[in-house]
Amino acid sequence: MEAILETKKLSHIYSAGTPFERAALADVDFAAYPGEYLGIIGHTGSGKSTLIQHLNGLLKPTSGQVLFQGTDIWTDLKTTRRTRFQVGLVFQYPEYQLFEETVYKDISFGPRNMGLDEKEVDRRVRSAAYFVGLRDDQLGQSPFELSGGQKRRVAIAGVIAMEPKVLILDEPTAGLDPVGTESILSNIRAYHKAQNATIIMVSHSMEEMARTVDRLVVVNDGTIALEGAPSQVFQHGQELEDMGLGIPQMTRVFNRLKAMGVDVGSSVYTVEQAKRAILDAVAKKGVG
Amino acid sequence: MEKSIINVEDVRFSYITAEGVAPIVLDGVTLDIEEGSFVAVLGHNGSGKSTLAKHMNAILLPTGGKVYVDGMDTADEDKLLDIRRTVGMVFQNPDNQIVANVVEEDVAFAPENLGVPPEEIRRRVDDALKAVGMYQYREHAPHLLSGGQKQRIAIAGVIAMEPRCIVLDEPTAMLDPIGRADVLRTIKTLNRERGVTVVLITHHMDEAAQADRLVVMAKGRVVADGAPKEVFQDVEGLKSVGLTVPDTTELLWELRREGLDVPLDALSDEECAQALKELLCRVKSKE
Amino acid sequence: MALKDITLGQYFPGHSLVHRLDPRTKILAVVIYIVALFLAKSFVTYAIMFALLALSVKVSTVPVKSLVRGMKPVVFILIFTAVLNLFYTPGEHVLFQVWILTVTLEGVQNAFFMVIRILMLIAGTFLLTYTTSPILLTDGLESLLGPLKKIKVPVHELAMMMSIALRFIPTLIEETDKIMSAQRARGADFESGNLVQRAKALIPLLVPLFISAFRRAEELAVAMECRCYHGGEGRTRLRQLKYAGKDWAVLVFFLVIAVLVGVLGHFGL
Repeated sequence: MEAILETKKLSHIYSAGTPFERAALADVDFAAYPGEYLGIIGHTGSGKSTLIQHLNGLLKPTSGQVLFQGTDIWTDLKTTRRTRFQVGLVFQYPEYQLFEETVYKDISFGPRNMGLDEKEVDRRVRSAAYFVGLRDDQLGQSPFELSGGQKRRVAIAGVIAMEPKVLILDEPTAGLDPVGTESILSNIRAYHKAQNATIIMVSHSMEEMARTVDRLVVVNDGTIALEGAPSQVFQHGQELEDMGLGIPQMTRVFNRLKAMGVDVGSSVYTVEQAKRAILDAVAKKGVG
Repeated sequence: MEKSIINVEDVRFSYITAEGVAPIVLDGVTLDIEEGSFVAVLGHNGSGKSTLAKHMNAILLPTGGKVYVDGMDTADEDKLLDIRRTVGMVFQNPDNQIVANVVEEDVAFAPENLGVPPEEIRRRVDDALKAVGMYQYREHAPHLLSGGQKQRIAIAGVIAMEPRCIVLDEPTAMLDPIGRADVLRTIKTLNRERGVTVVLITHHMDEAAQADRLVVMAKGRVVADGAPKEVFQDVEGLKSVGLTVPDTTELLWELRREGLDVPLDALSDEECAQALKELLCRVKSKE
Repeated sequence: MALKDITLGQYFPGHSLVHRLDPRTKILAVVIYIVALFLAKSFVTYAIMFALLALSVKVSTVPVKSLVRGMKPVVFILIFTAVLNLFYTPGEHVLFQVWILTVTLEGVQNAFFMVIRILMLIAGTFLLTYTTSPILLTDGLESLLGPLKKIKVPVHELAMMMSIALRFIPTLIEETDKIMSAQRARGADFESGNLVQRAKALIPLLVPLFISAFRRAEELAVAMECRCYHGGEGRTRLRQLKYAGKDWAVLVFFLVIAVLVGVLGHFGL
């Protein structure tokens, strides 16, 4: 399949030419495909934030290319600007970036910058608000009167309202409790389904990744260290731990079980899979 | 019986808002924190857990009921400094707790306020930095450190008061997994090796699971209180107040629902694996 | 991102003689140095001042590169002063005339000295902030201004405010950077447009920045209270300010140079 967003030999060096020079990315070949739900993991300082800021043209590559639908996003200024609308980026703790008097105005900031007419802006604001579960009467409220979780929804809606083909979210559930986490994740899933958009999610929670994404990219030391389906990636438990990352608790438990001499199949990383594996093992043994 | 260091007695609290409407945040909380224990307070956002924490060193005063710190009423203004040096407090955002531009000068802030003599401040600063494993960073600028390191500096800043208890209000919420693990390890060391009483406010199940005692809050009340192993067994109860349980407990609970005989209190990876192994061996021997 | 590169007044920890001097000594030395700079009027006196600065930089081990980098923000002021001096200094030795503008030899000289003076002034003050941790700097100021407490000037509070402001500069710069990136991701344009458009583009940046600054201030206040802060009364210090032999030596040295420059200036040298 043709990639919707890809990087070719992407390198980025911070403070080039000064004693503080530091390579954040080195020859990264990254690709995201239409309609996929992709996860990016990596510890702080691994280069993952630098990578995602290249994907929508916020950072300019020191060398290498970023292609959106096959076109280099730095071809000209117009293309770069258009890419920012088509590749939406929700930063960490986005609720701290709200600024308008009303929720409606804040969400409409992106669509207005796109130069859309009033009617289209209105449609987009309402549809984005719907995706994140904001009620109509909340649109007129000041965003600063809302709770922390609701503010984050407004901020996410502000990016969704640009109806990007690729939606990148940097730790969208950071600091939320289980209920808040689940509801934000289901908002994202809803957008993914309805728009058939590509979702790229950065998270530290292996359990969350295991439950939600189709494919995982592990960034370490400015390069892509591992990639593949979660089941494949989580087989590299030791490597992940050496990178300062963990593996899901269920995978750890099943690895221990294996070490104890009981092998009930690998590639278990969610509670659901663990339950299936145990029930299957019980059934098999019960019969045999 | 162990002596308790904090007594929360039927505390009620509501914020006074501009409209005069006062939503109730704490609705009759009674809690004793034993000296030397490690207590986790778990609750979803808005359960009142942070508000409760702020009552433990007189940042907030109860609208009804009383809080005693080592026998001192927190409403007694003359005792304010004594209360705050007995119960130290660490907050969520490490950036907003660090006062100085150099690590050791920040750690010295509290003892300086308390009028401790300079040589003694030096000793306390070095000691506190060693306790959190940040001594080699004493001359660094805090803003160049990682989140987890900054939070350990913030903990050292409180330890330098030599408090008997520290209350930590979601200290790991803004940290990455490495930072979280470092902070948690630091807290446990302080509790085990120095006998500092620890009250950890969190919504991470895995952190709560490591405490000696787990208090669950919902809607301004204490809804469960006991050893983590016991509390987590009430999977349905926790889910009903918007919390989840660790994946290990969740799995065992699911298996029990399928009619399998597994214990619910196998919380750690090791215990869970052991429980599963025993289950599978039993099935095998039945053949 | 350029914002992160601002080093304005940032402290570089070190152990040189300059680092180890009492902050009060350094503040006083800088004051003497500035006075002397204004007394300097000729190549000879400027050369002496330059030698003094060069010596101080050398001893401090602060990389010259960092000092130079700190100068960048003032380039505009420099050019402005130079141009002003170049054209508006009356004199006898007219070099050339363009339209109504006359450039005299005195003008060139004035412009040159003015630029050198500003550069040296900035380099001197930067050397102070580069080698003195903000807390020590404020402690030093507080101690020097101590006598003002008698006339009810809140010296401790002012010093504390200054030190916290310095502490939060890097944090706020980082935050500004983050918010700008987030708004640019939503199509905000901070670079183009006329003055009004640019000013308008700043609103999405300033509102969240102010809100966050207030939130930080509130949290910091509570955290400070939790650490028993209750004003300057009864406070002790980790580092006690104490003048040592080297402090006196440095002060005397600076005074001698200043007097020398003053005397030379008096004789028109």
